[in-house]
Formats: sequence, C-alpha cells, structure tokens
Amino acid sequence: MILTLILLIPFFGALCAAFLPSNARNAEAWLGGIVSVSCTVLVGSLYPQVTDGGVVRATLPWIPQLGFEFYLRMDGYAWLFAFLVSFMGALVVLYARYYMSAADPVPRFFAFLLAFMGAMLGTVLSGNLVQMVVFWELTSLTSFMLIAYWYHRADARRGARMAMTVTVAGGLALLVGVILLGNIVGSYDLDRVLAAGDAIRADPRYPIVVSCIVLGALTKSAQFPFHFWLPHAMAAPTPVSAYLHSATMVKAGVFLLARLWPVLHGTEQWFLLVSGAGLVSLLLGAFAAVFHRDMKGVLAYSTISHLGLITLLLGMNSRLALVAAVFHMMNHATFKASLFMAAGIIDHETGTRDLTRLSGLRQAMPLTATVAGVAAAAMAGVPLLNGFLSKEMFFAETIFAGRDPLIRFGLPALATLAGMFSVAYSLRLIHQVFFGPMTTDTPRKPHKPARGMLLPGLLLVLACLLVGIFPARTLGPFLETATLSILGADRPEYSLAVWHGFTVPLMMSLLALAGGTAIYLTLYKRSERGIGRAPLRAPVDGKRAFDIAMVAIVRVCDRLVHVISSRRLQVQLALIVLVTFALALAPLLGAGWQRGSMRLTPPDPAFAVLWLVGGACAIGAASKAKFHRLAALIMVGAAGLATSLTFAWFSAPDLALTQIAVDVVTTVLLLLGLRWMPRRVVGLDRYPRTFGASVRRLRDFTIAVVVGAGVAALAYAVMTRPSVGMLGPFYVERAVSEAGGRNVVNVILVDFRSFDTLGEITVIGIVAIAVYALLRRFRPTEESRAIPRAQNEDAARDALHAGDGLPAGYLRLPATITRLLLPMAGLVSIYFLLRGHNAPGGGFVGGLVMATIIIVQYMSSGVLWVESRLRIHPQSWIALGLLIAAASGMTAWLVAKPFLTSFEWYPQLPVLGEIHLSSVLVFDLGVYMVVVGGTVLMLVAIAHQSLRRARKPLQAGEREAVEAPFQWKQ
Amino acid sequence: MEAIVAAAIGVLTASGVWLLLRPRTFQVIMGLALLSYAVNLFIFGMGRLVMDRPPIIKGDAIDPALYADPVPQALVLTAIVISFATTALFLVALLAARGLTGTDHVDGKEPGQ
Repeated sequence: MILTLILLIPFFGALCAAFLPSNARNAEAWLGGIVSVSCTVLVGSLYPQVTDGGVVRATLPWIPQLGFEFYLRMDGYAWLFAFLVSFMGALVVLYARYYMSAADPVPRFFAFLLAFMGAMLGTVLSGNLVQMVVFWELTSLTSFMLIAYWYHRADARRGARMAMTVTVAGGLALLVGVILLGNIVGSYDLDRVLAAGDAIRADPRYPIVVSCIVLGALTKSAQFPFHFWLPHAMAAPTPVSAYLHSATMVKAGVFLLARLWPVLHGTEQWFLLVSGAGLVSLLLGAFAAVFHRDMKGVLAYSTISHLGLITLLLGMNSRLALVAAVFHMMNHATFKASLFMAAGIIDHETGTRDLTRLSGLRQAMPLTATVAGVAAAAMAGVPLLNGFLSKEMFFAETIFAGRDPLIRFGLPALATLAGMFSVAYSLRLIHQVFFGPMTTDTPRKPHKPARGMLLPGLLLVLACLLVGIFPARTLGPFLETATLSILGADRPEYSLAVWHGFTVPLMMSLLALAGGTAIYLTLYKRSERGIGRAPLRAPVDGKRAFDIAMVAIVRVCDRLVHVISSRRLQVQLALIVLVTFALALAPLLGAGWQRGSMRLTPPDPAFAVLWLVGGACAIGAASKAKFHRLAALIMVGAAGLATSLTFAWFSAPDLALTQIAVDVVTTVLLLLGLRWMPRRVVGLDRYPRTFGASVRRLRDFTIAVVVGAGVAALAYAVMTRPSVGMLGPFYVERAVSEAGGRNVVNVILVDFRSFDTLGEITVIGIVAIAVYALLRRFRPTEESRAIPRAQNEDAARDALHAGDGLPAGYLRLPATITRLLLPMAGLVSIYFLLRGHNAPGGGFVGGLVMATIIIVQYMSSGVLWVESRLRIHPQSWIALGLLIAAASGMTAWLVAKPFLTSFEWYPQLPVLGEIHLSSVLVFDLGVYMVVVGGTVLMLVAIAHQSLRRARKPLQAGEREAVEAPFQWKQ
Repeated sequence: MEAIVAAAIGVLTASGVWLLLRPRTFQVIMGLALLSYAVNLFIFGMGRLVMDRPPIIKGDAIDPALYADPVPQALVLTAIVISFATTALFLVALLAARGLTGTDHVDGKEPGQ
C-alpha cells in the first residue's frame, strides 16, 4: 500500500502542479516539496522491512489474460535508489524555487519534474521488467520535456531532440532484450528472472539479450559511443541537470546493469561490452572535461567519466567491484548534484557559466565557493571525502581485474591517468572560478545567492564530508542492505575504513593527485587565462555521427516515399485500388469463384429491369461526370434509388428508408455545391485527345473493369454459398426478450451496439462542425458570383403579385407547397422516430426526414426568408442530442449497471393509464437530434454561401447574416 | 437474383473506380458515391438474399430462420449515414480547394503547371 502510494504521489502532484496559475512559484514549490518530502518519508519508513534481504511487494492486476501484473517490488537496492530519487527531489525542488525566475512558466516545470520523479521511482521499484521499460521510457519523455523547457532556444530544442532520440532508441533495444529475457525465463517477474541466472547464461540467445540490454543501459547512462547527448542536454535549466543528468536519470542505466548483474555477468562478452564502454567513457570524459569552457559542460563530461568508472566496475565480473560501483553511484550523486547547484548559482548570480570570464568569485560568494570546493575535492578523490573512498575501491579493483599482463598493468595505469584528469578538471573548475582577481566581465555584478538556493548544496556537501570521514557509520549499513539484496548470501567481505595503511591504491590516489595538479599547472602556464580547445580531437565524434545518421535517415525516407508513392492523388488512389484488389483476389483464387451449393432465388424480370436501368445510370454517370455534372448527379441518384429498392426487395426496409433519405439529402448537398464548381468550357469535350491521355484512359478503364468483375465474382461466390454467420441468430433470439424491441436492426443499433452508435453520431457532429468551420473562410471565385438568370427576373414578377400574402420569387409554387408540407413532414419524422423500435424507422431516418424538409424550405424560400422566421440552432441540436444520448446511457449507472445498459419502466399516469417508456427511446431521440442538427448545419452552411456573392451593397440588417451566418436573428 | 445483384455490384464498382481515377474533383465525389452503393450492397449481400422476411419479430416467433440476417443490415445502415458525412466533408474540402487554388483538379493544379 505504501509502495503504491510512493508511486502515485508524484504523478498526482504533477497533475496538480500543471493546473496551478503560471506565476505561482511558491505554491508550486510547496507542492513539490510536500510531494518529495512525503515520498522520502514513506520510503524511509519502509527501511526496516528491507534490511536482511527483505522485500516489500505490491501487486495490482494489469493484463490478467497475459499473466501480467502491475508489480512493485522494493528490496534493499531499490530502496537505496528510491530514497536517492525522492530525497534529491526534495532538494532540487527547494533549489528550483529560487533558481526559476518569475517570468518562467513554472507549472510546466514542476509538473514535468514531479512526473519525472514518479517515472524514476517507477523504474527502480518495478518488479515486472516490461513495466520497468515503460517507466524507463517515461523518464526519457519527461527528460525531453525538461531539457526543452526553454523551447524558444534552438540549443534547448536540439539538445532535447538528441537526448530523446538516443535514449529512446536505446529503450527500444532494451525492450527487445527484456522480451527475450522474459522468453528465456518464461516470466517477466524480476524475482523469477533473478533466480534463473544459469539458464539465461546457458541460452543461445544470451549474446543478443546482453547486447540489447547493455545498449539500453549505455544510451541512458551516456556512455561511449552514445555519450554525446549529455553535454547537449545541459541546455536544460540547472535544477534539471542537477537532478536528472547527474543524480538520477543517467544513473538508470548503471542501476539496470547492477540490477541484472547477478544473471548477466560472468561472461567474456559482458566484460568486453560493459567494461570496454566504461573504460573509454572514463578516459574520454575526463580528458574532454579538462578543456571545456562551459562550467556545466565540464560537469557533464565529468559525469560521463564517473559513470564510465561505475560501468567499468560493473563489467569486471567481480562482486567487490559491484559493491564499489553501488557505493560510487551514491557518492557521485551527492557531490555532482551539489556541483551542478553551485554552477547554477554562479550562472544565476553572474549571468555566465563561461570559465574564461569567471574569476575571483570567492570574494563575492564565499559560502558557494566553500560548497563547490568541497564537492570538487570529493570529485577529485581527495581523502576524507566520499569520492576518495569509492575511487580507492575502484583502484583496488583495477589491480585485481585480470591476469593478462595487458590488463594487469594497463588497467591500473589507465585508471590512474583518468584519476589525474579528474583532479585536473576539478582543480581548474575551482581555481578559475573562485580564485584570482575578481572578475569584471560578467553580465551581472556577482552577489551572494539566496540562502534557500545554497541550502541544498550545503546539505549534500555535508553528506560528502560525513560519508568521507565516518563511512562505516553513515552509508555503511545502507550499502550493506543494498548489496545484500543484489548478491544475496555470497556477499564479499569489504571494509569501509578511511585508512587501510600504505597500500597500492593509496599510492595510485596520491599519484593521481600529484599528476593532476601537475597537468593543470602546465596547462595553466601555457595559456594564462583558461584553456581553449582540446588539443586532441577525434576525427569523427558521436555528435557528428548522430547528425550524419539523422540526415541520412531523412534522405532515405524521402527517397522511399518518392519511389513507392506519389504526391498525385490519382496515383495514390490507383495504388489503393490495386492493393485492395490483390488482397480480395486471394480468397477468390483460394476458394474458387464458381457458384456455390445454395439454392438460388429465382430471377425476377422486374428486378432485372430495375438494374438494367440502374447499371445504365451508373455507367452514364461515369461517362458524363466531367462535362455534364447535373446529368451525372441525377444518374447517380437513380443508381441510388435502384440500390434502395434492392434493399426493400430483399427484406431490409430500414436500409431502404435510410438509403432513400440519405440520397435525397446528398443530392441536395451536391446540388448546392454545384454552383461553386468551375464553369464548363464549352466545346472542350470535342477536342481530340492526346495519345498520352488515351493511354491513361485505357489503363484506368482496364483497372475499373477488372476490379468491377472481381468484386462481382466475389459477391456472387459468397451469395451462392450457405451462410455461416452465427451472430444474426443471437440478436434475433434476444431482441424481444432482452431489449423489448421487435425491429432487430434498430435494436442492434440503439441497444446491443449502442456504444458504436454513440461513436457514430459523434462523428456526424464532428463532421458537421468541420464543414461549418471550413466554409467560414470560403469566398466563391469571381466567375461563380453572377446571380442566376431566374432570380434576376424576380423583381418585376414580384411587383405584379405584391400583397397577396403568398411567397415571392420564381419558386412561388414550390415554396407554397413546401411551407404547407413542413408540419406534416415534422409529424412523419417523429412518427418514424417513435415507432423505430418495433417497425422500420428510427432516429436516423426520422432525423433525415426532418433535415430534408428544413433544407427544402431554404431552397424554395431563400436563406433570409427562412432565417427571419425559423430559428433552428443546429449546433445546439448536436450538443443536446449527444448529451441526451450519453445521459440515457448513464442512467444505467443509477441502478449499478454498465454504461448504456437499457431498461424500461411502466409508469401509471392519471388519464392515460400505464405507458411504456424505455431508455432506448431516449437514446434514439439523441440520435435523431444529432442527425437533424448535423445535417442541417452542413446543408445550411453551404446554402449560406449564396449570400456571400456580393459583399458591398448589403443592407445593414443583412450584413450580420453574411458575416456571422449562424447568429440567427429574429 | 444473385447473379443480377452481383452484376449490379460489379457495374457500380467499375463505374465508381473509373471515376475515382479521374482528375476532376466532381468526378471523384461521384465515384465515391457509386462505390459506396456498391460496397453497401456487397456487405448487405453477405447476409444472403432473402425475400419477404424482414428482421422484424412477428408475435412469439423467434426462430432465426424466419428472418433475414440483421447484422449486415445494421452494419450497412451505419455505413450509409457515415458515407453521407464523408461526402459532405469531401464536398466542402473540394469547394475550399477550388476557392484556394482556382482549379478543380484533384492535385490542386492543372496538369502541366
């Protein structure tokens, strides 16, 4: 329970943080503080349960069908990391309160910071490997958002993108590795995986598993050759760098390596991959850090180097090395985070992080200088500080790493060399920034930082000192708990004492200190102020390789798109048709397209004539659609009529009704649109075709005929075989008994599958609003603006009939009839709606009938006439309809049934007696309203275009109708 | 009857595909209308052709053999309404494209430009 809470609190806090006002710096900091402190306290309270190898577990069902559980598991090692993450989180929140300026949008910052904290806690506490990968990727995502926090800066965007690409690609590899691991073990459960070490090492897939998992870890921990993203991630605000890029997220990689160390270590491949990457990172990072100008850049490279040290230790296949690695993870987190905080303070108070411009700050900010000095000393490995202890252990391990003389002498030598560089850059950082003459070259005059900003760093440095002086009494027990949970019973003996006598590692430490000082002094003498570029530069560095790879990928994709697709719609459509044809051909060839065994219905001559006409109309429409649009539209309508009669013929009255209603509405819609099409060029159809055009037409004709014949054959083959459908009887048998309706089609739509219908009417509403929005900015082309001839003659005719109370205009007769028809059609539409459950009809048909009669009013009487009398608010109809449909579904909750469960009741009314009411009818009413609203909105939006033809000579009253077509006036 | 319906579906499909591959937007919209008739008939045909047995329960007779298969009908009913919505959207996109580009070619420019 507490475990679940530890994970939930940060995410809940992130959600809260996102909704605070943008200037609420204090509230955000309080929120973040409460979240992280309560996490720390909760984690701390679990400590007694994880000592002596205890494990705290919490499970929630996730995908029971696949045997997946949401499984949180905290042992000593996970505890140590969880504590680090939440405690560091508390310090960073405090620091960020003072670091972030009042102008920064803090809700975004704190929301992502807390979400990151949750993701990181999820990563370390996951007991299910797949679940861990999910949280792992979540840390990449939140890290992306935090690096790109100041997204107006190009370097921030670039750094974020790079970090994201590298770590997410690594995460993908990790997922592959984890899935393979799960396949080998038969479970993703960490307990079972950790118990199956021998099986994993013996499996032939072991090399792939190791490569994938190590790839994930190396990218995350910024190890060679993927180290280049970390320096670019320094574009993030400094609290983020201190938290994510020194203490926690980059540690996720080494965390994982140590987590799976018991089952993966012990092979040559493990040693070469992990130690190799670690050693190169250790040297490369330390070397590059010596020459970097940006304070945060130095720290970033130093982080790469120290993580390299940890990786190297993990790859050594020695239990003692593992202990040293875990120890150094903690030590590095403390001193590096405090150094980042100091760098942030300097940036904040002087306005620059450029080492060549900073100098003598000791005088302006003595306390910061002390904090940074001690932390840097720990980083360099000065005795009596925590960094010294773990580095000492590291040196000791390098001596015993292998018997091969190359490793035996080479590794300690390289380790000492790296130690020297480490001393050199630490010295340089402190000496250049805090010593020498006071700088005058900074954007802001250096001054003391706020106390709250200094406090977190101070606490961390205190920890460095305490651990450094009393290691066995401070960190010792926790380290023991952590290593016990990784290694179990065969934990090695080690001593955390400060003084072990004059040993080889101590000699190496002293040599590193002396050598590092010498390196720095030489370099310092060579160039008086600071050190510019590194003297040795690799011909191809990771960043360049990354850029080249990115450009290459984009180019290849472009080329591919160019080859297999086209920007031209005709080509795309032809491809779609052909691929569909090929897919549909497979069953036809497989099962045969000859007629099946079913007894056929005897042909009816009347039906044959119907389709003779219908087919002729379809072909006619196909040939006339280019130059005779109206004729084509009429012929398509005729083909639709034939379709709808076919539905009626073969026992589908609902379909016939709906098809005919939709056809009417579609035809009206297209008629309204016809006016805005380009005018037909007279005589163009008589020009002789070019050869190319003829070839194209022949090709398309072939495609059309072949596809048509194929579909006909497929339809015939299916229709002549006995039905195998098992779904139909289910609905037929239950329609009356369970849904209380006799029209099975309607019952399916509004009861059994009403959730689908709810989705469908939502689509209609969305489309209607999209149509309306698209047309708002529409202006007809010049050639379409002329008023039709019939309307031009209206004025003279109207004068003749003035005052007789009948409709004006050339559509005098139709207008009169349709006005009389309106109430009748309304009645019919409601009749259809009400009887839909037991007889053909329903909300769709009813709504379409209503919409049709409304639009007919527009057509016969004109927009202005209708809207001055009839006030329909189609948007409200859509909204209300959706609400009614959803609410009718929600009433089921009142009786504790699932959403959209239908039920009926039979209230007694005084005069009418018992009546039958059903929630389904209410749902259908919602459908009806959405269909009316949606259809009317679309049709009226197009009808309104006719008002736009003349913008200038409008009357004052008419202007509103044109400019804001849907503010319906009296 | 099956042969007639199959032939009708074939003719509608062929006309629809032909129009779909034409260069003018109005042709494409007509093609889509014809194609949607064909597809609706095709799906409807999957329930087999049955006469005088609409899926409306009469009395207490709930033997499924007495009624046409309601499932394809329900699917097609949904399809009809949705195809209306897409036609409307396409028409408006067509009009807007015509207003913006000045041409009714599907690629937004006359061939050769």
